[in-house]
Amino acid sequence: MIAAHLPALQIVVPLVSAPLCLLLRRGGLAWALALIASWAALACAVLLLQQVIATGPISYHLGGWAPPWGIEYRIDAVNGFVLVIVAAIGAAVMPYARESVAREVPEEQHATFYTALLLCLTGLLGVTITGDAFNLFVFLEISSLSSYVLIALGRDRRALTAAFQYLVMGTIGATFIVIGVGLLYMVTGTLNMLDLAERLPPMAESRTVVAAFAFLTVGAGLKLALFPLHFWLPNAYAYAPSVVTAFLAATATKVSVYILLRFFFTVFGTTYSFELVTLENLLIPLGVIAILVCSTVAIFQTNVKRMLAYSSIAQVGYMVLGIGFASTAGLTATIVHLFNHAMTKGGLFLALGCVVLRLGSAQLESLEGLGRRMPLTMFAFVLGGLSLIGVPLTVGFISKWVLVQAALERGNWFVAAVILLGSLLAIVYIWRVVEVAYFRPAPEGDAAAPIAEAPLSMLIPTWVLIGATIYFGIDTSLTLGVAERAAQHLLGGGA
Amino acid sequence: MNPQTAILLSLGIPLSGALLIALFGRQPNLREGVTLTTAALLFGTVITLVPGVMDGARPTVTLIEMLPGLPLRFEVEPLGMMFALVASGLWIVNSIYSIGYMRANKEAHQTRFYVCFAIALASTLGIAFAGNMLTLFVFYEALTLSTYPLVTHKGDAAAKQGGRTYLGILLFTSIGLQLLAILWTWQVAGTLDFIPGGILAGKVSGPVVGVLLLLYMYGIGKAALMPFHRWLPAAMVAPTPVSALLHAVAVVKAGVFTVMKVVVYIFGIDLLAESGQNLWLMYLAAASLLIASLVALTKDNLKARLAYSTVSQLAYVVLGAALATSWGVIGGSMHIAMHAMGKITLFFCAGAIYTAAHKTEVSELSGLGRVMPFTFGAFLIGALSIIGLPPFGGLWGKWYLALGALEAGQIAMVAVLMISSLLNIAYLMPIPIKGFFGKSPDHTEGGNPGPVAIKEAPLPCLIAIGITAFGCLVLFFFPDPLYRLLRPLGF
Repeated sequence: MIAAHLPALQIVVPLVSAPLCLLLRRGGLAWALALIASWAALACAVLLLQQVIATGPISYHLGGWAPPWGIEYRIDAVNGFVLVIVAAIGAAVMPYARESVAREVPEEQHATFYTALLLCLTGLLGVTITGDAFNLFVFLEISSLSSYVLIALGRDRRALTAAFQYLVMGTIGATFIVIGVGLLYMVTGTLNMLDLAERLPPMAESRTVVAAFAFLTVGAGLKLALFPLHFWLPNAYAYAPSVVTAFLAATATKVSVYILLRFFFTVFGTTYSFELVTLENLLIPLGVIAILVCSTVAIFQTNVKRMLAYSSIAQVGYMVLGIGFASTAGLTATIVHLFNHAMTKGGLFLALGCVVLRLGSAQLESLEGLGRRMPLTMFAFVLGGLSLIGVPLTVGFISKWVLVQAALERGNWFVAAVILLGSLLAIVYIWRVVEVAYFRPAPEGDAAAPIAEAPLSMLIPTWVLIGATIYFGIDTSLTLGVAERAAQHLLGGGA
Repeated sequence: MNPQTAILLSLGIPLSGALLIALFGRQPNLREGVTLTTAALLFGTVITLVPGVMDGARPTVTLIEMLPGLPLRFEVEPLGMMFALVASGLWIVNSIYSIGYMRANKEAHQTRFYVCFAIALASTLGIAFAGNMLTLFVFYEALTLSTYPLVTHKGDAAAKQGGRTYLGILLFTSIGLQLLAILWTWQVAGTLDFIPGGILAGKVSGPVVGVLLLLYMYGIGKAALMPFHRWLPAAMVAPTPVSALLHAVAVVKAGVFTVMKVVVYIFGIDLLAESGQNLWLMYLAAASLLIASLVALTKDNLKARLAYSTVSQLAYVVLGAALATSWGVIGGSMHIAMHAMGKITLFFCAGAIYTAAHKTEVSELSGLGRVMPFTFGAFLIGALSIIGLPPFGGLWGKWYLALGALEAGQIAMVAVLMISSLLNIAYLMPIPIKGFFGKSPDHTEGGNPGPVAIKEAPLPCLIAIGITAFGCLVLFFFPDPLYRLLRPLGF
């Protein structure tokens, strides 16, 4: 009985818990509730994915109203996988949040913080699970609005301008998406994605459809921080509380990639997106530029959070490349990289959060001698960095392998070389941190008072994610298997 | 012990050793005991595989499937057998040496040192027994990363700079070039297994073979083929035991071993010889060989001179592979073992000189041979072996290489080998000669060098030096087991 309503529970549990957090008022209680809600969400997501793998796509009619009148939640291998990614990061971040938030957010705002974090989680899960184009927009706004709040809660006053900047850009993006959805509704008279997919092909020549396609692409591109629409991201990541940075970096861009995948492949269809509009001519150059430019910019950052933020934009470039190839191999690479990068970047930002907890700063110079003083944290950072570089036995290697393979399959040597060059640039920016942390002596004043490790409640989640980057870099049957299924499903075969 | 277990233990023993060393970090005697036991157990385990492999068995173990169709897989074949024997055998000797050296020089962070050493050895064994190119690549990178903390052991500015060059070049070549070559191979051949005769025959031809070969040869940065050799002299900032085992044996030999594997089992010597694309590699190797020898002549720092000598000697092995003939391959492979024994002796001596007399430059060694006769005697033996003079093992490597060059009809390469031997004499022999017959700095002009007090390095160092110097001699008289082991590579 419960199992039949899992798709609804996936959303309802965090959605209902969010206002309860606000009512509880006390930070500790709110945290406990948020923790339970996030773990329940992970359980739902895992069960759903299992079910999808065993029996194929699930269609759930919300409130028993059949589509296209009611809202349909539709879960297939693609969004089932994304749900697990988002929920897993939520579940890992929540236990970590307690100590980190206690330090970085004023006491009286703790309840608000957990409310916003749960709402953001709800929004991201909602965007992923829904099969209704307008509902997608609604959830996207829920996640966006709550993330503006979360970023603005950062201690640094620059967090306010960062949040405002993101608010402006994010709103433009959301508006573009709603315009796109509106145009589609205008010509087809439906908002259900499957219906849209059926009704769009005959009117492929229509200019309205082309306009809708363009608005959706640019709108999702803004949320995705697709180069050159990425200017909001570095500030937002740099000044938000550490937990928020880790959560958003590991989930928000992934969900935006999912939106692109869903619209390009399910709603408009491969034929339309890649034969009529020739999207690859847009995506591949943008991906290449994002990798090269943003990896290079990352090298020159003095704030480690900002450095990782630029690295995230570069990583988006890899995902977009895979979409641009529009082949099973390319999409597999993109989808598996969603997971792999979420683990890697989530782990890195959590490790960095431990540093910020102890040092109060993420400036590169303040990390001097930290290899001795916080050995576990810094070692986690190094392992995460190796995954970002793409060293074997980490998930980063798997992503690179599949993506380069996809590029070679198309005979695109230039792109293959760019992907590997991106790895080499990553060595440079990661090793800057390593050298500061391990080769510079600790500053004189602090040497007398050695800084201890971060508390276990923060170290364990960090190491869980870092452990996942290693584990799934060795045993890839689960991640690559699901990703390949999802890719085949998007391209119109299998489940 | 069945061979499958032995293969897994070859990786498991050094890894669990690393764990135990970390646990006993506070009790130095126990910790070093663990290192020695681990090394001995590892060598014992590797030995058990030899009879089977000699009889033509090729035991395999498949672990997890890392990428679809590409498992982590191990397979023991003659070349890997030899490499594993050399690395694990010399690890025992090197551990004895390390104990003397690290304690006498009061090095810090010795626990980290021994832990990384054990992990590096596990990676080396992984490379030796790799059953496909992916597995080899995985352990190749693991070796690079696990040796980085050893290279930068001192933690000062010079170590950081050296480490940067080390990691920069090795990762750049492996990710930028080698990985691309591997992916390309997978794309065209659909397999990365090591199969006698190669997997690329019929899949690629003409200049494409040349391009792919170029990607591999420069991608295997550990083989230090010029111009990607800079990391090796840079790695000399490490403590001497690291230079001795890793940068004369494990790491560099992993490089040329990979070169051999790629040439023999990925391309196949027939494909290379038919396409004629091996010729340019031959010229590049010859150039690297001669230029490095010439550079070695100019180096006054003893370890730098030995490092350039290694660059030159590695090019011998690449040359052997590039000849693409049976004798060339056997000669190159044999040279891996012969050079390892000779060069580790030289590095041990360099470390002993540093420990006992705190001298690092060749020009400071005048007369020191009379103070350290044992060390300088061993240095002479090692040098003669590297030069390739009887009665030392180094002869055999060069002998078969020259045979290979004749077989390929490349008289010019025979000449290169001979010229290089002369250059070896020019940069190695002055060291013992100066040591024994030069004037001590504290002697006045004209006065006869009187008797001097003997002051050698600590006993563990001397034991290690003695073993490897004796090894050079043994390899001259008994090269036959090695030859029988390697013969299937060529015929």
